Amino acid sequence: MAEYSALALLKNALGGHRGWKPAWRKPEPKPAYDVVIVGGGGHGLATAYYLAKEHGITNVAVLEKGWLGSGNIGRNTTIVRSNYLLPESIRFYDFSVKLWEELSHALNYNVMFSQRGVLNLAHSPAQADDYMRRGNAMRHGGGDAEWLTPAAIARKVPGLDLSGSARFPVVGGLLQARAGTARHDAVAWGYARAADRRGVDILENCEVTGFLREGGRICGVETSRGTIRAGKVAVAVAGSTSRVMALAGIERLPIESHVLQAFVSEALKPFVDCVVTFGAGHLYMSQSDKGGLVFGGDIDGYNSYAQRGNLPVVEEVMSEMVAMFPSLARVRLLRSWGGVMDMSMDGSPIITTGPLPGLYLNCGWCYGGFKATPASGWTFAWTIARDAPHALNAPFTLDRFQRGALIDEKGQGATPRLH
Amino acid sequence: MSPRRAAAGGLVDRDRPVRFTFDGRPYTGFAGDTLASALLASGVTLCGRSFKYHRPRGVFAAGLDEPNALVTVLRGAVREPNVPATQIEIHPGLRVESQNRYPSLAYDVGAVNQLGGPLLAAGFYYKTFMGPVVGPLRGTRFWMLCEKAIRRAAGLGRAGREPDPARYERMNAFCDVLVVGAGPAGLEAAEAAAKAGKRVILAETEPAAGGSALWSGETIGGTPAARWAQERAARLAAMDNVRLLTRTTVWGYYDNNVLAALERVGDHGPAAAPGEPRHRHWTVRAGRVVLATGALERPLVFPGNDRPGVMLAGAAERYAVQYGVLPAARLAVFTNNDGAYRAAAALARAGAEVAAIVDTRSTLSDAARALAAETGAELLSGHAVVATAGRRALSGITVQAFEAAGGRLSGPRRAIAVDGLAVSGGWSPALHLASQAGAAPVWDETRQAFLPPQPSGRGWLAAGAVLGTAGTAEALAEGRMAGRRAAGQRAARSRVPAVAAPALDPHPAEVIAIPAPGKAFVDLQHDVTVEDIRLAHREGFVAAEHVKRYTTLGMATDQGKTSNVPGLAVLAAARGKPLGALGTTRFRPPYAPVSLGALAAERYGHLRPERLTPMHDWHVDNGARMEDAGLWKRPMIYGQPGETVAQAYVREAGRVRAAVGIIDVSTLGKIAVKGPDAAAFLDRVYTNTFSTLPVGKARYGLMLREDGLAMDDGTTWRLGQDDFLMTTTTANAGKVMQHLEYLLDVAWPDMKVHLTSVTDQWAGAALAGPQSRAVLAACVTGTAVDNETLPFMGIVRGAIDGAPVTICRLSFSGERAYEVYCGAGHGLAVWEALMEAGAAHGIVPYGLEALGALRIEKGHVTGAEIDGRTTARDLHLDWMLSKKKPFVGAAMMDREGLTGADRHRLVGVVALDGRPLGGGAHIVERGTAEALGESIGHITACCYSPALQRHIGLALVRGGKARHGSRAHVSDPLRGRFGPVEIVSHHFFDPEGSRMYG
Amino acid sequence: MLIPCPYCGPRDLAEYTYQGDATRARPDPATAGQAAWNAYVYERANPAGPHREHWQHAGGCRAHLVVTRDTVSHAVLAVAPARAGEPS
Repeated sequence: MAEYSALALLKNALGGHRGWKPAWRKPEPKPAYDVVIVGGGGHGLATAYYLAKEHGITNVAVLEKGWLGSGNIGRNTTIVRSNYLLPESIRFYDFSVKLWEELSHALNYNVMFSQRGVLNLAHSPAQADDYMRRGNAMRHGGGDAEWLTPAAIARKVPGLDLSGSARFPVVGGLLQARAGTARHDAVAWGYARAADRRGVDILENCEVTGFLREGGRICGVETSRGTIRAGKVAVAVAGSTSRVMALAGIERLPIESHVLQAFVSEALKPFVDCVVTFGAGHLYMSQSDKGGLVFGGDIDGYNSYAQRGNLPVVEEVMSEMVAMFPSLARVRLLRSWGGVMDMSMDGSPIITTGPLPGLYLNCGWCYGGFKATPASGWTFAWTIARDAPHALNAPFTLDRFQRGALIDEKGQGATPRLH
Repeated sequence: MSPRRAAAGGLVDRDRPVRFTFDGRPYTGFAGDTLASALLASGVTLCGRSFKYHRPRGVFAAGLDEPNALVTVLRGAVREPNVPATQIEIHPGLRVESQNRYPSLAYDVGAVNQLGGPLLAAGFYYKTFMGPVVGPLRGTRFWMLCEKAIRRAAGLGRAGREPDPARYERMNAFCDVLVVGAGPAGLEAAEAAAKAGKRVILAETEPAAGGSALWSGETIGGTPAARWAQERAARLAAMDNVRLLTRTTVWGYYDNNVLAALERVGDHGPAAAPGEPRHRHWTVRAGRVVLATGALERPLVFPGNDRPGVMLAGAAERYAVQYGVLPAARLAVFTNNDGAYRAAAALARAGAEVAAIVDTRSTLSDAARALAAETGAELLSGHAVVATAGRRALSGITVQAFEAAGGRLSGPRRAIAVDGLAVSGGWSPALHLASQAGAAPVWDETRQAFLPPQPSGRGWLAAGAVLGTAGTAEALAEGRMAGRRAAGQRAARSRVPAVAAPALDPHPAEVIAIPAPGKAFVDLQHDVTVEDIRLAHREGFVAAEHVKRYTTLGMATDQGKTSNVPGLAVLAAARGKPLGALGTTRFRPPYAPVSLGALAAERYGHLRPERLTPMHDWHVDNGARMEDAGLWKRPMIYGQPGETVAQAYVREAGRVRAAVGIIDVSTLGKIAVKGPDAAAFLDRVYTNTFSTLPVGKARYGLMLREDGLAMDDGTTWRLGQDDFLMTTTTANAGKVMQHLEYLLDVAWPDMKVHLTSVTDQWAGAALAGPQSRAVLAACVTGTAVDNETLPFMGIVRGAIDGAPVTICRLSFSGERAYEVYCGAGHGLAVWEALMEAGAAHGIVPYGLEALGALRIEKGHVTGAEIDGRTTARDLHLDWMLSKKKPFVGAAMMDREGLTGADRHRLVGVVALDGRPLGGGAHIVERGTAEALGESIGHITACCYSPALQRHIGLALVRGGKARHGSRAHVSDPLRGRFGPVEIVSHHFFDPEGSRMYG
Repeated sequence: MLIPCPYCGPRDLAEYTYQGDATRARPDPATAGQAAWNAYVYERANPAGPHREHWQHAGGCRAHLVVTRDTVSHAVLAVAPARAGEPS
């Protein structure tokens, strides 16, 4: 299959673009694979890619119940960052940012990772100290972080309400310059194409309806396209984890499924350059290359599989937007959507062997899964290939809850709606 | 007279000319005109530039489905970008400018993108801009460079940076029946429900009710349809149980029949009326919903279909009939259905020359032929438009014979000179709200449309064109039936007014795209062409959602209202499948764009309420600098002229240790815990025991979460055998209350305990310092306050300045100290009495900074240490963990991860270089300011200690106590601070507590 | 979303706080082992479909309710005060 490049684009343009081939094949399922990955979202596709690339395991199928990338990889606010507090998180997400920096080249697909920076606004001395702690933790963990004064923020983000009379005046901001945004769909398509080119079978419209067992070991799946046997079965279906794991007889997990809404405004000429978050509430916003302001806030706060939220969160998010940028009151909301999040009990993900022999589980991404896509796939592939976690994901195994070795960035305990 | 205004007709008020400007040029229209109709009347055909290729575009539609004519409305320095000209009612002083063009609309350098057209095919950006793998532009740098240019070219309008001065408002409404859309079906439904006595809300996007009746040219009950609609609407508006909302778009259908609507209250005049907001955000809770949302016309897709002058046939008809405006002088019609014939006739009646009617069908209805004959147009059945001509305006079309069944063009091409082309590809029901409510649309082959499914207990009914119904008579009948059913009445058919209308064939031909060479646009605003969709298909993007995402089809501000079905039709043809097999994408809120300000409503400019203590004004009047603590405003310092924050708190804290200070503690959470099981309940929720606490005494308590981590601390006072007053930290007041209520309701429903939040009912002042007792003695009546009567942790009741007070002797500062509580209404008087009594003792008010310094010196923990990740042992509060009784968190607190030797535990740190420490700074054993060492912990709180005269801090450090006496470094790269510290006990000052107990 | 509070009548979602899985029962501290506590604190039923869950009418009477609600359609199927046990 042809490499993508400016030259290839030019050549094809002259030929009316008739020479392009499908980005990935549409193969029929084989009866058996070495590894079957359930879930054709970002994490599942990345896992397949790194299994092939890093571990030489290419007899792999990715099973997607609908169209590829129809889950949260295609419905998020596209933010990539590693501005975490706890060392386990910083190590993991910093590794992810490093993979992001090379991703377009690695995949030969422009995922449009744009390191335009993420700025967290602080609104009280206590919050400033909190952010200082986090920024310093990032620096000590080897990452980048800097503190911006209100004057520096005014230069970087014109239009922000930085007046002392604001309900929550801005006292400063934590900037991670290497953070940014990427094009979400391109990540799914890029990984799919790259995995496909290494021999991975991507099977769309292939819903898992059951698991095969032999002597207590998972050895394959029943699907809407027939039985598929597998040496190992890996599940990466954040949002639907409890549903799929119930098919394997796991009825309870440290996970609740919640709906998170996200929003896009009408397209505008460049208005804001970096990602900005509002500290006196919960809001994160950036501007896409097409010009739409892309933003979101809290989860709705109740269990849901509906991919649809309700008005209270909509109103709260818009209120925070116009509190930050009072001129945006006249800008209009164009679209909203809802995604289903795996909210875990400490707000951190789970990348683990088990919980059954032959099974591997990647879940619990809360609403931070997009940025983690490369590192999640990389470490999950390692865990599957070697039957043990890599040092990067060793803290993120399932048994940490029993052990009390929690990774609780927000310090909220086992109340998922607060993470 | 404007060049395109018909001699007569239309619902505009020809006696009221209205002047406005477009790109600085003055124009005149009539009251009742939209910006679109007024510009068309003035002969303006070029209104905008497209998103990608910057192609010239004109008005295409007449409603909120307009994809092309988007403008920015200017009010002073305030900008509202991307408003469809079809939705702007002209008014005196209206100023608008065109968008996405430079330097001007007529000459736009961005149009150079058209030359690169072949390169800019769907998804081209995924295949390039990746840049070199080595060198200065490696990594993401090359892409970010390209991205800058792409961003400048993209976007549409420019948002302002000036705060919007407008006011927005939210309204909650309740009704039995909400009718969405006030066309004939909606009017009929509303009246049927209203006559049944139901509370009805009827919402209409347009400025006036009537819908298609305003331009259909039909008669209803013998009356011209427009007049019928006006009379009907007036009748409804006069009914007490009906609320008619015009200029109101219902945009969201949420769970349990909660619908959201936007009312544009003030946009149609120079300013909102006095007392009125600009926009009103309606939240309607409806018993039943009748969707009478009509249908949106869709175009045919053919090369050159985007030229200014090409317009939807229904829109052209509407301009002619409703506004008395001819979109063109000489025009052609291109259609696959009968509807456009009515438009042709209306245009001809208004004075336009209809040169030709081009119909993809070879067999036509008699009614269509009759209308065609009336126009005098050349009727080209079995033909298609295969090209258009003109630069910034249409100058002609090319037609060719077309066989619809095989989709084949044949025969000679023929040019026809026209300056307008009215196009119709059929109608798509506006079923967006039903889709939002969860209904999956079903493709109907005969009607060539996605229809809403039969509603089944979903709370909504539908009537009229949204069901695919074409005729007004049927729509009226369906409306009445839906209104009756929504009102809970039998759905018996009853007589509706007779409609006089031509007997048109409601079913369009299957044709949507014409297979001729050339750029044929599907999504006009985003410049998505037929070829783009085919390319997506070729590259394997065959799911409808994939095509949408890969090509950006339907993602523009019009949200694909005109392009959705044509796009699917092109995809279906490429896949060789029937359109119905593809399904459509799910519609999501909002149906039409909604201003962010409206959704914020009253919260715009007032994001959160302010919580103020009863003494707030006193603090402000006495020089307090206020700080946000959650929703509360609390004094940070009471600064004196020329003082820095640090100087102020050092002075305040010093006065507390030397004499006496007073601080407002009204913000502490306060919960009344009462009932026969109150003591037993507290034993369960606190780690320590409260059942042994004597009446009239207080005790410090610690709560854990169920997972064994520390949750909150505070004192609880036993006021009576079954009567406790619990205090919590300010930040956790709500959370603790909820925690306790959950346990009582869910875990221990048999316990007889009642909880009441009394945070706002009690004002509190804490008096601290060696002179505190003397101050109390000087002003408290009704009780003694000596050490005997009021020992440490004792409670007395008395009065200050006549107000009843409860006084507890407890200390957060390590000094002799008291908390004085009184009813909130007495708060200020009591505070002032304490200040007065304290004057002789040199009392000072102190703020949070001094409070922090005093508690740091004592090593008391607060929210900075109880941060949800620490245990009682981490904070050296293990002495509070009762071994005699179970308590919340006891079973989980001993897990290995919470007890290991590497836990970060509370210590004190002292700066050895005499420089300030910073909150959030880290502690390292090794390293330098440049080569950062490994973090072993962080500083949770720090201050300059007036008592120790050193910079000190509390810190959570790996290993904790074991490091006492050892050296380490503070490492604070964000502040550029690095220096030596000593790790010490967190009890810096008076560890024996002699000052507190004495 | 509207939840009919048995004390206050149907009230908007905005008045309620979600308190999670109601199929859990707090272990008896006298008898429960560590596994039971781990399960209580960390494991949740998370079905797609009808789900028994606790909601507190925080902006109203503050009672905790047991609500049976479909997590796919958001339809509220039954409501009862938590102190009364089973939903009606």
